[in-house]
Amino acid sequence: MYQHTRLTSNQFNFFQKFRNFDYILLVCILLLGFISLATMYSTEGGKVLFHTKSHFIKLIVFTVMMLIFSFINIKFWFSIGYFSYFVVISLLVWTYLFGITSSGSKRWIDLYFINLQPSELMKIFIILCLAKYFHRMKLENVNSIYTILTSLIIIILPMGLVIVQPDLGTSVLIAISGIAVLWFAGINYKYFIYTILGFLILLPFIIAFLKPYQKLRVLTFLNPDRDPLGAGYQIIQSKIAVGSGGLFGKGFLKGTQSYLEFLPEKHTDFIFTLFSEEFGFVGSALLLIIYAIIIYRIVAIGASSRSYFAKIFCYSFGAAIFVYITINMSMVLGLLPIVGSPLPIMSYGGSSMLATMMGFGVVMSARVHSQQSIA
Amino acid sequence: MINSSSDNAQKLNSINRRMFITGSLKFFIMFGIVSRLFLLQVKENKKYLTLSDKNRIREWKLAPVRGEFHDYFGNIIAGNFESYQLHVIPEQVEDFRYLIYRLKDLLELSDNEFKKIIKKKKEIKPWETLIVSDNLSWTQFSKINNHLYDLNGVKPVISISRNYPFGENFTHVLGYVNQANKNDIESNESIKKNFVPGLKIGKVGLEKSFENKLIGTNDIERYEVNAFGRRISQLEFQKGKKGQTLRLTVDTKVQQLANELLKEQAGSICVMDIYTGSIIAMHSSPSFDPNLFVFGISQEDWQIIRNNPLKPLVNKTLQGNYSPGSTIKPIVALSALENGIINPNFTVKCTGKTEMYGETYHCWKKKGHGFVSLRNGIKQSCDTYFYEVARKLGVDKLSETAKKFGLGEKVFGNLFDIEKQGLIPNTQWKKNALGKGWLLGETMITGIGQGYIQTTPIQLCLMTAQIANGGYKIYPKIIVNEENNYQPSDKYIPLYKNSKNIKIIQDAMFGSTNEVMGTSYRSRIDDPKYQFAGKTGTAQVKKITERERELDLKTFEIPYENRDHALYIAFGPYKNPRYALSILVEHGGNGSTTAAPMAKKLFKLIIDRHLLRQSFNNKKYLEI
Repeated sequence: MYQHTRLTSNQFNFFQKFRNFDYILLVCILLLGFISLATMYSTEGGKVLFHTKSHFIKLIVFTVMMLIFSFINIKFWFSIGYFSYFVVISLLVWTYLFGITSSGSKRWIDLYFINLQPSELMKIFIILCLAKYFHRMKLENVNSIYTILTSLIIIILPMGLVIVQPDLGTSVLIAISGIAVLWFAGINYKYFIYTILGFLILLPFIIAFLKPYQKLRVLTFLNPDRDPLGAGYQIIQSKIAVGSGGLFGKGFLKGTQSYLEFLPEKHTDFIFTLFSEEFGFVGSALLLIIYAIIIYRIVAIGASSRSYFAKIFCYSFGAAIFVYITINMSMVLGLLPIVGSPLPIMSYGGSSMLATMMGFGVVMSARVHSQQSIA
Repeated sequence: MINSSSDNAQKLNSINRRMFITGSLKFFIMFGIVSRLFLLQVKENKKYLTLSDKNRIREWKLAPVRGEFHDYFGNIIAGNFESYQLHVIPEQVEDFRYLIYRLKDLLELSDNEFKKIIKKKKEIKPWETLIVSDNLSWTQFSKINNHLYDLNGVKPVISISRNYPFGENFTHVLGYVNQANKNDIESNESIKKNFVPGLKIGKVGLEKSFENKLIGTNDIERYEVNAFGRRISQLEFQKGKKGQTLRLTVDTKVQQLANELLKEQAGSICVMDIYTGSIIAMHSSPSFDPNLFVFGISQEDWQIIRNNPLKPLVNKTLQGNYSPGSTIKPIVALSALENGIINPNFTVKCTGKTEMYGETYHCWKKKGHGFVSLRNGIKQSCDTYFYEVARKLGVDKLSETAKKFGLGEKVFGNLFDIEKQGLIPNTQWKKNALGKGWLLGETMITGIGQGYIQTTPIQLCLMTAQIANGGYKIYPKIIVNEENNYQPSDKYIPLYKNSKNIKIIQDAMFGSTNEVMGTSYRSRIDDPKYQFAGKTGTAQVKKITERERELDLKTFEIPYENRDHALYIAFGPYKNPRYALSILVEHGGNGSTTAAPMAKKLFKLIIDRHLLRQSFNNKKYLEI
């Protein structure tokens, strides 16, 4: 009898889980996946070539993975918080030692079927780890020196491992993910303010320590016309592409800037430029709305979660996704210097999509198991 | 437990508060991004759209087709011909080394040319056109076409180039074309506008003067290009305008005769219509073939032209400042008559020389002419007579008359940048230029066209024409097309005070050619249809020493560069004159033996062709 009940309750649980699904989020993610496929198709001049195929396969695989993740109890995600962090840290060390060097930086490890970029995964697992760290902590302990130092070490360790690759952009994004958790965990405002002030004071010294190419990027950002065919080329061409899109865009597959190869990195960091050129202001605004809905759903899921871990994860993940989007768009719109940062889901890149989808998976799991409390 | 739950509530409070702050921040940032998008895509859309088009559309200009020159009868004297060129696009060539050696064999290129091509290839991008040869002969061209099957990426092209069908005949009128250099581009706006690599522009002569009209406009091809400048597709082809065709007043037949007459000699011939000022022929000898310059002149050819002692590069008609010699005498006489210094019966006794302040001034005739009147003075070109007239007249009055008749200033204005203005001296000029006072002896030698006075052959021609037409001012022109002719208000104003004086001079010139004892009597034509009147001139290039005077050398006995210049001015037909000419033969010895006979041949042809010229003009009207 008991057995039977358990069985039925499990079965019920399965359907329950389906019912608990956040379909709006799912639809938005699928929509985004579809848009990214179409855009990828356009980057290849209207042909199904390597990038489109590869992107399509990754989308399918990772969406399925996300769905599987959402059926896994949130408790499981809580339990692997530290473990996964150390796995990724060791992957980063592995990368440092045996990674694949490409265009001057050592970011990938060869997994035979896929080249993995562990730094991208770290963007998610640092949230997972810190969320677990703060889950059980009493509010009065949060601001203790010990806690702050520990959490800072948790953030700085992967940052350092990524900076040496070298990959400043991703390390900054990892830091932002971590800082988002610290923020939601309730670290005192004054530390944030002090940090910002300290950063501003140290800025000139930081610039002095930047590598020449990084300095160039900053200078170029301040004045792209300084070297229109060299360092300023990307940003100038990107602005031209976006600006020439107009209200309704040049039309699907008709973006001359990308078709004629004026756009750099159009598959990855600059994919929004191409989308914006072809679909104009209306299309871009729509894309932004989809992102806004996704972020809103993530935050809403966090709000409705019972466990503090799920809450802190969802809020931080939502903030992180928002920051990724903001940084990417600001960069292609000429509001920020060029830093390598992909646009979640849209950009081509397995590791980035894997990390994002994992994040969505955990969020979805939080939704499905929203009533689950974690001791 | 209570503690824990209150802590939980606190934590929730804290996290929700912070979520609220974050949410508001997100909202503002999102708003910022959307406004940025709006700014770029909606407000500044135009700017970026233009930039995008600039990015993607590139224009290729093709060399414009140059306007032609026609002679008066519509014969092409500077035209265009189809030149055969060989283009290679290195990118489309599988094995460039093989191809280039194959071409070297086929075209029999010299090592020098071959190296040039290799160098050019290195300078261009692989998808740009490499011009292997810009002027292939027909045999080479057909050879290439026969071997096209194993010459991948080779394009035989037919292109348009300048051609001068009459070769050297018109060189000093038309000039020649050659590749534009940096200076040309910077100094001329229309060259700058139409410039394409390899553009040929006029370097001297009318080709240069009328560059703006001749150049035409480029054909423009608009291509869509990618970021690397590779053409993707042609969007537009805009046909350019061919340059304007200019019809000259010159008569090719007369010009050819002028060429023939001065063959192997240095000199100049110009023929002018005395009423319209139309230049019938204008030649400076020796000339050179302008076709040599079209594709860049070879070093050997250039050395031959440059080192020719007869100076083919100098346009003697416009640039040559020569002493007019006795050809100035009609003007001296006219000036004296006009100013009332003498009357036609004024007589001087010529003993072969005259003395003034201890200097001896010789007449060309040692024995002297005896008693000479004005008419005989011109007819026999008595120097003594004109020493006396000039002495009485004074140089200032003489220069006034000479300038009135077109001496001492540029005949074509600014049309030819090389034209010299000659020099008509007066007392004021000498004071300013040399800082010395004028001497009476200088007046005397000016009276026979020696000393400071210098004129160009075209000025002498204009002077003659204005005497021939009864003393009315004309403006020489060389272009027929109406709009090019600026009509100054003082055209046809009388240059004389008393028209009788002009008649006296004309009559004296008639005597000089058509009466016994006249200096050019031997060159006369008796047929009244061709009968002409003229005045010889023999300009010394060097002061004759007493010793030489005693030796009385024949022309061929004197070294070439010391021989006198031979000049002749004439107009005809005498009854009802229509044409004037001036002839100059550098170091030709003597005006009456060298220059005057040429006039005889010229008048024969010019007057024969007069009717044709007239009727051609009339026919034009009939056609309309």
